Amino acid sequence: MTSNLPALVIIVPLLASLVAAGAGWFNRKAPFYIAVIALLISFISSVLLLAQVVATGVAIEYQMAGWPAPVGIVYVIDHLSAMVLVVITFVAFVNLIGNRQAVETEFKNKEGAFNALYVLFTAGLVGMTATGDAFNLYVLLEIASLSGYALIGLGSSRAPLATLNYLFLGTIGATFYLLGVGYLYIATGSLNMADLATIIPSMMNSSTILFAFIICLTGLLVKMAIFPVHGWLPGAYSESSTVSAGLIAPLTTKVTIYIMVRICLTLFTPEYTFGYIDPTDIMVAIAVASIIFGSLSALAQKDFKRMLSYIIIAEVGYMVGGFFLGNRMGVSGAILHIVNDAAMTLALFMAAGIFIWKTGDEKQSSLKGLYAKMPFTMAGFTLAALSVVGVPPTCGFFSKWYLISGGIAAGQYLFVGALIFSSLINAVLFFRIFEIALFEPFKSHHHAGDEEDKVESHHGETIVDPGVIESAQQYSGSDSHDHGAIVIKEPPLPMLVPFLGVCVLLLILGLYSGSIVNNIIHFAIPAGII
Amino acid sequence: MELFSFIVAKADYWAYVILMMVGLYALIAKNNLVKKIVGMTIFQTAIILFYVSIGYKKGATIPILHHGSDHGGEALAAHGAHAAAHGTQEVAEQAAHAVAHAGEAAVKAMDYINPLPHVLMLTAIVVGVATLGVALALAMKVYKEYGTLEEDEINQQLRNG
Amino acid sequence: MKILGKITITICGLLLLFFTSDFPDWGDVNSPASTHLSPYFIEHTIEDTAVPNIVTSVLADYRGYDTMFETTVILTAGLACFLLLRIPRKDSIHRYYRHEPTGVTIRVEGDRYPKGSNVFTRIDSSWVPYDLIINFTCRLLIHFIQLFALYVVAHGHHSPGGGFQGGVLLGASVILFAISGNLRAAIKRFGEKTAAILSSTGVFIYAGAGALCLFIGEQFLNYSALGPLLGTDRIMARSHGILIVEIGVAMAVMAVMIWIYYNLSSAGKQDEGL
Repeated sequence: MTSNLPALVIIVPLLASLVAAGAGWFNRKAPFYIAVIALLISFISSVLLLAQVVATGVAIEYQMAGWPAPVGIVYVIDHLSAMVLVVITFVAFVNLIGNRQAVETEFKNKEGAFNALYVLFTAGLVGMTATGDAFNLYVLLEIASLSGYALIGLGSSRAPLATLNYLFLGTIGATFYLLGVGYLYIATGSLNMADLATIIPSMMNSSTILFAFIICLTGLLVKMAIFPVHGWLPGAYSESSTVSAGLIAPLTTKVTIYIMVRICLTLFTPEYTFGYIDPTDIMVAIAVASIIFGSLSALAQKDFKRMLSYIIIAEVGYMVGGFFLGNRMGVSGAILHIVNDAAMTLALFMAAGIFIWKTGDEKQSSLKGLYAKMPFTMAGFTLAALSVVGVPPTCGFFSKWYLISGGIAAGQYLFVGALIFSSLINAVLFFRIFEIALFEPFKSHHHAGDEEDKVESHHGETIVDPGVIESAQQYSGSDSHDHGAIVIKEPPLPMLVPFLGVCVLLLILGLYSGSIVNNIIHFAIPAGII
Repeated sequence: MELFSFIVAKADYWAYVILMMVGLYALIAKNNLVKKIVGMTIFQTAIILFYVSIGYKKGATIPILHHGSDHGGEALAAHGAHAAAHGTQEVAEQAAHAVAHAGEAAVKAMDYINPLPHVLMLTAIVVGVATLGVALALAMKVYKEYGTLEEDEINQQLRNG
Repeated sequence: MKILGKITITICGLLLLFFTSDFPDWGDVNSPASTHLSPYFIEHTIEDTAVPNIVTSVLADYRGYDTMFETTVILTAGLACFLLLRIPRKDSIHRYYRHEPTGVTIRVEGDRYPKGSNVFTRIDSSWVPYDLIINFTCRLLIHFIQLFALYVVAHGHHSPGGGFQGGVLLGASVILFAISGNLRAAIKRFGEKTAAILSSTGVFIYAGAGALCLFIGEQFLNYSALGPLLGTDRIMARSHGILIVEIGVAMAVMAVMIWIYYNLSSAGKQDEGL
């Protein structure tokens, strides 16, 4: 069985999604459990794969249908893909179990289809990460994209238009990638990544290969929402439902960055990417523009999820800029940031889910007095916010440290300046929320005692009801001065425990950053980069 | 006639570029959502044209093996069924034998066009159809919500409402 | 916006045209694409898989993993249309029925239904006039279309065809029935639940065949592992494995085509379509 682990990581979710889609027509509760079990098996397999790759130090190769490369499709699990596999399956699993009530309320008669699409999205991302064939990557990219469109399309009333926008831009991106693969095929005749890596060094002067690189990269940049082509991201992520946003936001852009790293390092060898083409100046300039734009736009938002989406755009700028610096520190920082940013974004979107459950809408101004009402949740949220700002010992600090060192070593001082500027803006953003959540209640009005009784009766409720704005709960925190004890009302345990678990993970990732970089990332970067 | 042979050598590729630009223009610049979706389909079809034109070989036929080799295949199948009783070890030898005996009708790669782009494009066509289906479903939801499919009218409603 | 669009595509188009200069000539027998990998497929398909149609053998055997995900893409589109559009139908207070032998239309109120309901067909308040020629012709044609579709699926090994083509033809036959008559009549014969379960089953046949090979001990989708199960040698087992997955694909594609049509043409309500 262990030799079949690379196939199990993707087959189990695929089969489970089919069973869930069929079971949804007979039993309402079954699809959720099928999905959870499948994601758990997939997560355990990916952890075992990572352990195996780190222990032996050699990449695992798995031939589908028994044909060797380049005749058939092979899966290649090396350090980089194993690490990203663990990230993907972990985020999908934790997000699903943490949002159980939201799933039950928002997708009432369609549990089968929703859970099937959720697991298919994860399977698509897992397949994209593990594959060693350029065309197979396109097919899996399209599976992940299509299920993503469906998951996002069912949200608020503005969701279909935002999703249609996302669909157009996503299709342009994926089709450009396909065109790039076509150019590679017409020039070399092969589709396998390792095979291409042996052919390309002898064809460096070909304009076809140059154009293939440019257009593959452009397609991927569109899909990861870098500055000029970011238009789809804020709308899509803020209008979708909580559980979809918690799945798609941490993963889509990060896996696209992983694909960019993969094709720049493995397919087009580092000598070609950094030696022959040397796109450092252009790409770092685009990244700087993306960071500044993302940070400044996040300041202007009144809506919590929209603010998070613009922060994601800035984070994508960190990773793209860090990767194209071209030295070992920068590339390590970018790859480490893939892991850290996925964890941070997951924590923040789960926090957004809890806030929406609590206050009923998404505005930042409704977060008043939450420190008094939900101390544990807010403690976790504080940890996640400090991580985005970049305070040690959380993980955000360490990836920024690598990126800044890489920037100084490469002489890109504009990039370093943009990083520091963005950290300051993030600090302003989150301290503004801390202020609203900590201090605001002093200005709110008093309510009569019966409002507080209404609050007591809500104590046992576990069903999400976003339509009811529980204003009594917000303001009763201020009544603490008059009436004595503060009523602490945390979200129910199935929602709270996964969220706090992810926040503690941010600390653990930070403390173990050094060993992650030395044991995994160091081997993921080929020796061609200094 | 140099110009003519040059045009024939590259005309297929120019055709795909023109088709792709037509599709991209419709996707970017048109106002109506359904026209944008049609542009997206044209854009994807141009890529299909590009891939299929990679596979063409002068003087070659469709990638289904001729009847001569087909007899070789049937003989192979008969041998295979025969050898199933004797164990699979002999099948490899029988296979090599049958192919060698059908040597006069040996399969030459030059006689058949490249099958790989066709296979890849079967997948791309299906992906295009799936995207078209999801896009139309989303457009239908937009129409139910706003009552119109023109983008400027929708933006106006968003600004006012 | 239009001017920006025109400028962008002119620049892109000129750039693309410039970059085609390095391409091999169209139809060149010695281009890298024709000499590097594909001669292996052409020369070895008979001895590896015993299937003369090279496109089918590459599609379903050498690159069968891609095809499995392609079928999943179609299933995803069906699930997406269902998730986005489907709303439960509200029953109207009164219904219209037409008596088939005489052509008389009656209106029934409340919860009663006409007796002898096999001669009454239900119509909507905006019903389409009953067209004898179209109905009769389509009913004749549908049988032949389905027969031809089954032929296409079964002969994927020897002539152009295979699972996708046959599945689309089968789906088209049911859609023809829905267009020529009533959407509700088509739903009565081939319901939405059937379509949904059939689509998952089709992909499950494909993935399940691959997983079966995994459990027997070979790699995923290595059909020669099915040899002992099917009673043939390893090479014919590949040929039979291709047929099995093609059947799965045809089932899935047919069901999804019909499902998407039901959801799109009625905007999710599934009471009256085109």
